[in-house]
Amino acid sequence: MAVSIKNNGQKIWQLRDRNNQILRWFFLFIAVAIIMYCWQKISSQTEWFFVWDAPRIAGDIGSRALPPRWSYIDQLWEPLWDTINIATLGTLLSLFFAVPVAFLAARNTTPHPVFCRWPALLIIVSSRSINSLIWALLLVAIIGPGIFAGTIAIALRSIGFCAKLLYEAIEEIDEKQVEAITATGASRWQVMAYAIVPQIMPSFAGITVFRWDINIRESTVLGLVGAGGIGLQMQSSLNVLAWPQVTLILLIVFIAVIISEMVSAKVRAAII
Amino acid sequence: MLHLNKLTKQYATGDKALTDVELQIPKGQVVALIGPSGAGKSTLIRCINRLVEPTSGAVVLNGTELTRLGAGALRKARRRMGMIFQEYALVERLTVMENVLSGRLGYVGFWRSFFRWYPQSDVDEAFRLLERVGLDHMADKRADELSGGQRQRVGIARALIQDPELLLVDEPTASLDPKTSRQIMRLICELCAERGLAAIINIHDVALAQMFVQRVVGLQLGEVVYDGPPDGLSPDILTQIYGEEDWEATIAKVEDDDDDLAEGAVA
Repeated sequence: MAVSIKNNGQKIWQLRDRNNQILRWFFLFIAVAIIMYCWQKISSQTEWFFVWDAPRIAGDIGSRALPPRWSYIDQLWEPLWDTINIATLGTLLSLFFAVPVAFLAARNTTPHPVFCRWPALLIIVSSRSINSLIWALLLVAIIGPGIFAGTIAIALRSIGFCAKLLYEAIEEIDEKQVEAITATGASRWQVMAYAIVPQIMPSFAGITVFRWDINIRESTVLGLVGAGGIGLQMQSSLNVLAWPQVTLILLIVFIAVIISEMVSAKVRAAII
Repeated sequence: MLHLNKLTKQYATGDKALTDVELQIPKGQVVALIGPSGAGKSTLIRCINRLVEPTSGAVVLNGTELTRLGAGALRKARRRMGMIFQEYALVERLTVMENVLSGRLGYVGFWRSFFRWYPQSDVDEAFRLLERVGLDHMADKRADELSGGQRQRVGIARALIQDPELLLVDEPTASLDPKTSRQIMRLICELCAERGLAAIINIHDVALAQMFVQRVVGLQLGEVVYDGPPDGLSPDILTQIYGEEDWEATIAKVEDDDDDLAEGAVA
């Protein structure tokens, strides 16, 4: 904020003074320069022949992928059901761990700000930093391929996500309600059940359906690494270049995601 | 009945909120605690039920030194002290009935309270109190559907169902319009008289305090600077508590609306 006074005594107000303004232009200039440099690098390392060729190849694959092989759908119902189960069970399993972790991680509910909160934050970070596809790769190696590995992979990835959002919701509650319930002589657990849980219920429901919705999408690719679900069919179809089957699978996944999105929107609307 | 002995509170930031507060309240007396913002009124009543931990000094309720109790005994002691809050502090997403019954949490076990299996006697009492505060038809409404005055009535019922001996009332009217403020103050004072409860009421509005209570305590920068009858609040004393102001003009006698509770219930 810059206020200056002109000779005639009039006060001038500008958002920034001159030096500040010049500094900003300077940083903008550097940013543009960096972008142009990177652009040039990328361009020189690209085989432009393949890029110019892209429309023709895409058209070629497209023509081979259409129409979808509708009869293949008989073999898709079961993996689709598996996919939905992986997402749903994985989400439920993750909540089982995420809720206690969230209460340990939230500043206002943690029993100890170091010995409980930090381990909880560590769990959250380590779960979030590894993609569920990587979790699935590891778990397929450890417990063997199949739906179980997929479910655990989804659950492990979701713990961090759910716990993080939930502990943020816990930290944002209205402390006055907690105070009021404490003042009645309620125990720690009663305060939690009466003053905290009702306040975080809407966020909890929202987080759950949101994560479930994400998990539906994530579990469709887990099959690529052998962790069950519709991704397995996708993998085998891609391997034999059966493009019409791939098209059908993509279509099915698309519809499943739309439906899950609709369900989660409905649930969220109903809870608030 | 309640005795504060050299009660002192110093916050971790170094601010001294209360300095050697000495106060004795007999059974059934309603005391208004006045003073400017930041005088330590809220801290004082929170030190009594130890929502805020006093730094030194003692709070003695009926011979029990509250300041020395362990966690379990403190919870038992809190059951006998009902608290009413400025912004009602109801659990917004629970029903009126659940909010009132939450006053019984100190008396029922965790699972009973979790599944809302309160003893029938508690439920009967809750209905009686809701009727007394004029909200018996609202039992199933969610707390956030109520108006300010109605919410404060629920807050009062929640405090009373604890079967307290003492009410700690923190700015009960600060979020309410003048008419509702008076109704709420009248209700609190009537209920205290009916049940022989002592009460400490933090209040900004000096005129309102003078209208309803037998005794006024003035707090300034954490120290008691006045303790006496409401009509002893001369302009000089008010100046001492709040600072310079034309008190004759601002504390003129305010007309009391002649409305009864039945009307208040629909307000």
